[in-house]
Amino acid sequence: MLDKELRSMIGDVKDGRMDRRAFIQRLAAVGLTAPLANQILAIGGVAMAQSPSPYPPTKRGGGGPLKLLWWQGPTLLNPHFATGTKDQDGSRLFYEPLASWDVDGHLNPILAAEIPSIKNGGLSADAKTVIWKLKPGVKWHDGKPVTADDLVFNWEYASDPATAAVSSGPYSDLTVEKIDDLTIRITFKNPTPFWANAFVGAYGCIIPKHLFAEYKGGKSREAPNNLKPVGTGPYKFVEFKPGDLVRGEINLDYHMANRPFFDSIEMKGGGDAVSAARAVIQTGEYDFAWNMQVEDEVLLRLEKGGKGKTLYAVGGDIEFIAINFTDPNTEVDGERSSLKTKHPTLSDPAVRQALALLVDRDSIKKAIYGRAGRATANYLNGPDDFVSKNTKWEFSVEKAIALLEKAGWKAGADGIREKDGKKLKFVYQTSINGPRQKTQAIVKQACQKAGIDVELKSVVASVFFSSDVANPDTYSKFYADIEMFQIPMTQPDPGLHMRRYHSRNLATKENKWQGQNFPRWVNKDFDAAVDAADTETDPVKRAALYIKCNDLMWQDTVVIPVMHRLAVEAASNTLRPALSGWANQTDNLQDWYREG
Amino acid sequence: MSQYVLRRLMIAIPSLLGISLVLFVVLALAPGDPFSELATNPNVPPEVQQALRARFGLDDPIYLRYLHWLNAMLHGDWGFSFVSRMNVDTLILQRLPATLYVIGSAQILALLIAIPVGVYAATKPYSLFDQIANTLAFVGFSLPTFFTGILFILIFSVTLDWLPFVYTTDIKATGIHYVLEMIRQAIMPVAVLGLFQAASMTRFVRSAMLDVIRLDYVTTARAKGLGQANVIVKHVMRNAMIPVVTLIALQMPAVFGGAIVTEQIFRIPGIGSLLISSILSNDTPVVMAVTFVFACLVVLFNLIADVLYGWLDPRISLR
Repeated sequence: MLDKELRSMIGDVKDGRMDRRAFIQRLAAVGLTAPLANQILAIGGVAMAQSPSPYPPTKRGGGGPLKLLWWQGPTLLNPHFATGTKDQDGSRLFYEPLASWDVDGHLNPILAAEIPSIKNGGLSADAKTVIWKLKPGVKWHDGKPVTADDLVFNWEYASDPATAAVSSGPYSDLTVEKIDDLTIRITFKNPTPFWANAFVGAYGCIIPKHLFAEYKGGKSREAPNNLKPVGTGPYKFVEFKPGDLVRGEINLDYHMANRPFFDSIEMKGGGDAVSAARAVIQTGEYDFAWNMQVEDEVLLRLEKGGKGKTLYAVGGDIEFIAINFTDPNTEVDGERSSLKTKHPTLSDPAVRQALALLVDRDSIKKAIYGRAGRATANYLNGPDDFVSKNTKWEFSVEKAIALLEKAGWKAGADGIREKDGKKLKFVYQTSINGPRQKTQAIVKQACQKAGIDVELKSVVASVFFSSDVANPDTYSKFYADIEMFQIPMTQPDPGLHMRRYHSRNLATKENKWQGQNFPRWVNKDFDAAVDAADTETDPVKRAALYIKCNDLMWQDTVVIPVMHRLAVEAASNTLRPALSGWANQTDNLQDWYREG
Repeated sequence: MSQYVLRRLMIAIPSLLGISLVLFVVLALAPGDPFSELATNPNVPPEVQQALRARFGLDDPIYLRYLHWLNAMLHGDWGFSFVSRMNVDTLILQRLPATLYVIGSAQILALLIAIPVGVYAATKPYSLFDQIANTLAFVGFSLPTFFTGILFILIFSVTLDWLPFVYTTDIKATGIHYVLEMIRQAIMPVAVLGLFQAASMTRFVRSAMLDVIRLDYVTTARAKGLGQANVIVKHVMRNAMIPVVTLIALQMPAVFGGAIVTEQIFRIPGIGSLLISSILSNDTPVVMAVTFVFACLVVLFNLIADVLYGWLDPRISLR
């Protein structure tokens, strides 16, 4: 993909087809400094030798059962209806996409014969078409062959609004046509530099046409195979009890050599994260547990002399505090936080910068996230090519105070700073979640020292993240001054991640607060950079544009990044799972094995 | 008798309707929606969440949604879960066996402990046995199940490594091994629940027995020269059991309703864990069905208790 093109250019430098100076000049032309260009070269050089994940087993099966513990069990097994990652993970045991993301955020072919590239003719220079080739001879679990018709059908199925598929996003604005039995062509409406969204990753799993064709559109819920998956994956379906258990057995016809290693698979649901960690790390009843949202201290204690350990996967998930640029306390035409207002105090850049200085990321990491977090100044934290080196953060109450004093915010009689009768009093909201409430407390304490009064508010997650138009406490309505939560990065491309803050996506009453730009920040330079990146086919220029977007957000203090969060899993000491921060936990399940 | 039962059933209809209306309105007014997980996923456009809400009728006015639900229910259609898109009745039937097995065993264990201990303690009030039984009973119902559950796990699973603490519904064994494994994994949850129930029930049986044991007819029976066992079992217990039967009958719906906390701790796929996960994900049809079934069972078992009175004490006549 993008990475590969950058690499081919880097490869050109290596092989002498392009001179190093030309490469650096080309990067300089898009605003990247020479050291950064050199760094890109270095990154490219190091990762050049693409190492496929090591997989020592030399025969299929024989590994016994694999027992997985998901503390929220899958509730349905159709990847196109998978509301949460738990459902995607459950479906992924049986269904497969054309390719998945590996640990470095590179594409790893699953059902595809090869990854499309300009070199092999799979990608066009204008970034408008992609040609995927299926691996020949792949069969569904019921013995029928997988063909290009299945791929075309998946696109029709997901993009039909009547199906109400949650996977409709990756399949919109494109058409899929069959070239021959094993080849399809995707044609995008607009140039799409990030072309690996449809048919890739969790929402790219492919369901069989012969079993779902009758249940497209309005009848999608009635398909009997929604609960009895027939896929192409390493395990065949045996049993499913929503929220409790998914069971599968080895697929002896699996299309990859020597895989899978395990004879059967079981995914048990229910309970809570701490006891799941205990069942894997301490008693060894299970081999692997997902999403260990447990304090690091507890995990460290369990790991002492235990039967398992925790594993970390680096992706781009970011926990951050967003700042409201509009006034949440003034109602205009029945709408609070309206675009017609300006925040009385936070519209002053000095106040926003002071807030950023008051977030003690080191303490938050030490006291709460531990090994599962990294302090960062960036909103965009991966893949490496897109990470800005121009930003910095620090925690300093003195500097915050100095900044506020300079801007004219003087302490009043009650110790709270004010200017022109406007006091620095903020409502700080987040969802109910242990680590978040602790972070709130740490931030509040620092703010108090600097003369800022912070009122903490926590909202139940199912309300905070709901799209209920009637509810005032949702994150998208943002009827508070600052708010904190996590936005996951579901793929190693920043496109969707950054587009959110484009001014056309502002959350307003008019669009029922469906707009994703909830801080209601408007910046023309940012809009221009996002628009340019959306169609920019030169990977280096595109990376530079996203770095610029990130830097603009940093300069304007639109968000205060709190923690770059890593995915935390628990695994038995002998299990060798293939994990990636850019994919769901089960996305590379075929490569899992046990040692010793 | 049959007329009485019929009349009670007829009275139950409006009360059940009222219950369903209250449940539905409370659930509909509760904030949140089942698709909140989609909100922060950048890969899912917000229109998808909106379309799902519209498709599942979440944007309709409450009275319309209630009438739809009621109409479907009258036709035997329990609706489908928003979360798993599966029929609610299948979902509940899937969860019922585990609940019946674990909670049922716990109730039986509680009765097996409470009745003999309560009766024996009442025959010798303030003796050493009575004092010990009382103390243990107080300790038992003061300790919440989430505490004893975790304590048991720490002792029997983590430290001693005797019992598994994750309940599985697919034990890979047949014949006697299957039965043994089923018993092994149920020991902890059954003990936790059973002992908790037994504690309060022991106190109840004891006081019910004490009320009766001092009555004149018991003295008469003793004066006739009947043996102690005969007096206690045939004369005292039969009368003392009337309030106990009410208590047990009212607890029966709980056997079907599951035990939310204990099921969560031991990962028992029962009705209780279904209910709590449905509540957390705002899956209205499932919550509605479970709570409504629960309401029906309470009404039904109340009726059964009343009928049982007549059998235990012929002086009570049912009209």
